[in-house]
Amino acid sequence: MKYTTIIGLEVHVQLLTRTKLFSGCVNRFNPDAPNSQTDPVTLGLPGSLPVMNAEAFRLAVKVGMALNCEIARFTKWDRKQYYYPDLPKAYQISQYDLPLCSDGFLDITNAEGETRRIGIIRAHLEEDAGKNLHEGGSDSKVDLNRAGTPLVEIVSQPDLRSAAEAKQYLEELKLLLTYLAVSDCNMQEGSLRCDVNINLHVHTDDGHNIPTPIVEVKNLNSFRGVEMACEYETKRQIEDFQKTGQRLGDVPKQTRGWDLARGVSYPLRSKEEASDYRYFPDPDLAPVTVTGEWLDEVRETLGELPAARRDRLGDAWQLSQYDASVIITQGQDVADYYETVAQTCGDGKQAANWVTQDVLRELNERKLSIAQFPIPATVLGNLLNRVVAGEMTVKGAREVFTTLLELPADQVTDATVEQIITDKGLLLVTDTGEVDKAIDLVLADPKHEKAIADVRGGKQQAVGPLIGNVMKHLKGADPKAVRTRLLERIGGA
Amino acid sequence: MTIAGATTADLMAAVASGETTAVEVAQAFLDRIEAHDGSIDAFLHVSKENALAQAAEVDTKRRSGQPLGKLAGLPIAIKDNLCTKGEPTTCSSRMLEKFVSPYDATVIERLRAADAVLIGRTNLDEFAMGSSTENSAFKTTRNPWNVAHAPGGSSGGSAAAVAAGMAPLALGSDTGGSIRQPAGFCGVVGLKPTYGRVSRYGLVAFASSLDQIGPMANDVHGAALLLEAIAGGDPLDSTCLPEAVPSYTSTLEEPIAGLRIGVVRSHYGEGLDAEVNAALQRAIEQYEDMGATIVDVEMPHQQYSVATYYVIAPCEASSNLARYDGIHYGYRAPQFDDMIDLYARSRGEAFGAEVKRRIMLGTFALSAGYADQYYNKALKVRRLIRRDFDKAFEQCDVILTPIAPTPAFKIGEMADDPLAMYLSDIFTIGANLAGVPGISLPAGFSSSGLPIGMQLLAPALQEERLLRVARMFERATDWHTRRPQLST
Repeated sequence: MKYTTIIGLEVHVQLLTRTKLFSGCVNRFNPDAPNSQTDPVTLGLPGSLPVMNAEAFRLAVKVGMALNCEIARFTKWDRKQYYYPDLPKAYQISQYDLPLCSDGFLDITNAEGETRRIGIIRAHLEEDAGKNLHEGGSDSKVDLNRAGTPLVEIVSQPDLRSAAEAKQYLEELKLLLTYLAVSDCNMQEGSLRCDVNINLHVHTDDGHNIPTPIVEVKNLNSFRGVEMACEYETKRQIEDFQKTGQRLGDVPKQTRGWDLARGVSYPLRSKEEASDYRYFPDPDLAPVTVTGEWLDEVRETLGELPAARRDRLGDAWQLSQYDASVIITQGQDVADYYETVAQTCGDGKQAANWVTQDVLRELNERKLSIAQFPIPATVLGNLLNRVVAGEMTVKGAREVFTTLLELPADQVTDATVEQIITDKGLLLVTDTGEVDKAIDLVLADPKHEKAIADVRGGKQQAVGPLIGNVMKHLKGADPKAVRTRLLERIGGA
Repeated sequence: MTIAGATTADLMAAVASGETTAVEVAQAFLDRIEAHDGSIDAFLHVSKENALAQAAEVDTKRRSGQPLGKLAGLPIAIKDNLCTKGEPTTCSSRMLEKFVSPYDATVIERLRAADAVLIGRTNLDEFAMGSSTENSAFKTTRNPWNVAHAPGGSSGGSAAAVAAGMAPLALGSDTGGSIRQPAGFCGVVGLKPTYGRVSRYGLVAFASSLDQIGPMANDVHGAALLLEAIAGGDPLDSTCLPEAVPSYTSTLEEPIAGLRIGVVRSHYGEGLDAEVNAALQRAIEQYEDMGATIVDVEMPHQQYSVATYYVIAPCEASSNLARYDGIHYGYRAPQFDDMIDLYARSRGEAFGAEVKRRIMLGTFALSAGYADQYYNKALKVRRLIRRDFDKAFEQCDVILTPIAPTPAFKIGEMADDPLAMYLSDIFTIGANLAGVPGISLPAGFSSSGLPIGMQLLAPALQEERLLRVARMFERATDWHTRRPQLST
């Protein structure tokens, strides 16, 4: 049976502000001291009133701009009303019909290497709820440290067509948010959370498209979880369709949870039973209007976003899209490191090979960030410059690299590099006189007569052992150059 | 001078001259409460020790020559819906019976900064929902002029406390007339400021877009003084206005030349008590005698104000009171089956009938499919009512209206007819819907000896004008000097 998977994502991102969205209470992940980050507003005490955090608003505008959204000049706050113990006021201050950001997009590159433009329906600002703690026993507990944390909800169009694309979208979104420095995007700590809306379009043999009922999988807290849930749901829904033939509209939208341990989704409450949120404008908060000038000011703080930087690196250094992506995906600091190495050594491709392979491997193995990496970008750049200039082999440079990694960080300097090259004799002999002298010795040696004759007779592979013997007489030389010269000499003899 | 029942000006002069001390003043009012509150029941809680300690501190400051606040040593009664650190803030509800606020409302902070003496917490209709103070879960406050009658509401405790000479000043809150109507019923001065003139931070919300804290006093000067102390911008309330607060007391005695008083003729017809009508007509003549021009103004949408109000206020209330869920603080039902049952029982057991009625009205009016028909339509009518006021104030400086159709009704008289009770708010509700300031002041007495109040309304932020116009009338009359005879 042929079908297309249709996926839309709702992502909640906590903003990195000093204080909460509607009070001066400190905003920090702090599960060890429950209910310590509270004040009358966070607790929803009688008489407390919200006051908007302008910084949170600014960060949300940045997110909207980076997602190519329309930014509303006029927004208001609405109360979304429902009862739950983690919601101290029994309403969440959110944005209902006039979201701050709307009609944007995010470009992703899928596994086939094609660019896919994923529409953004809206992105709005709202307050996070607290957390219910079920620690066993008959009572549950409530921790309100998280309550009131500024949250941007980003709702995509159902433009994603596979589990892999869903994951790519999340990765690109996370990268963007990291570049904007608006969130730490730490999924373990819940600063980035995701709900998946998924159904299938089944293509029948007679050319019809039948949409299956939409399912929402809630509260996925890892990219892998999103991918697995999408894969699982695709399989489950096709089986379900084959069994029941149910189409979109036949049954109410279903909400499911994700069991990470078992790798299955399971039904939660049905949306039809969900409460009527009775949205209405929050009378405690004034609507927000912004000027074009202010929006321009915010736009100027966006900086270079990942997609633009990826394109620029590709163009400037003739990198493949793959190499550029690997570098950009590592975050701004790695991209900065790469650019310095590339500029210093003058060869973007050489720099990319080293950064994406040698450097990243070391970072992974040593669990270091690029800021903690012991070899400064300029030192690596200068070393690679030797390779680019033909003064050293890649193998020689790698030997230096490995040696540098063993040294204390303060000793990793250009001078140290020189010392290691000298000590290990890694510099290639480029003096043709030296090479010729060595070739003379080899050609004069009677035990090589047969090999020389073979080469003359057109047996090119016989040159190998001769090159090795020439190299033995030299402290270091480029084997390619030796080969060329050797062939010249034998041929011309 | 008799301390209990004295005006704020007299009390301040007596303390300043050394004739008496803040402690003596506080003690005199505490004695008065002790002697008479058994029959009035204005107070839910008397803060005897704290009040005496605050008064002693004022005396110490005065003796050592330290600067003193605007309200130094003046006792003030606080409506029990204003959060006060370390004191019960019950809103006259079982829901908050045991709730002790961990923080001070902005107005309370300002009272403390002004060296006021917080003497006690006054009774109100539960969560300020009502016009008689009969909806209190704890006690029924009585009108000091006749204990068979209600003091009005919802700030009935504050109005009765001032009228009975148990405090020279009180704070009330006014969502649809809850300061002005009890002030009128009890023969004292009560002012609802412009929406946003006084911070609502720490006022337990009833209807956020309508609620406003305001002063109650036994004369206009007292109200002006107290408003001066509490008004002004507050970073903790987004709806609070940053405009500078004029010195109301310093211009109070200046009459307004060429004063134009707006009168809505339809107010003085059917449904208005004859004695109230007569008192209001005399008041209008009084102003004419002082040289004011009487201008007829139209308020074509006022007939919809009660309906509009009783959609908007319950909608906001249903949301504001949702936080009382038995989970975080306040009353929790001792027995319940599950989470939903915990909510249902806690709220079902702790809220009174009027509060439940309004929560249900508001929940219904905000429900999917009904919000446009009720809430959104009410917001549109609210804009029309606001426009009526704008247009009227193009023709006049203040509008003079009755406070209520009748003087204070008897306790229990309206208890079974909530709709009649709602309709009696007709004169006061408009100011809340339009956000304009209004003052209630004594304008006469009925033949049975009950006070008759009148209301003056002014454009937004014109409290200074309102107080001066009120003071013009007060200087020409002696209604405000009369005090009820209390039985002991």
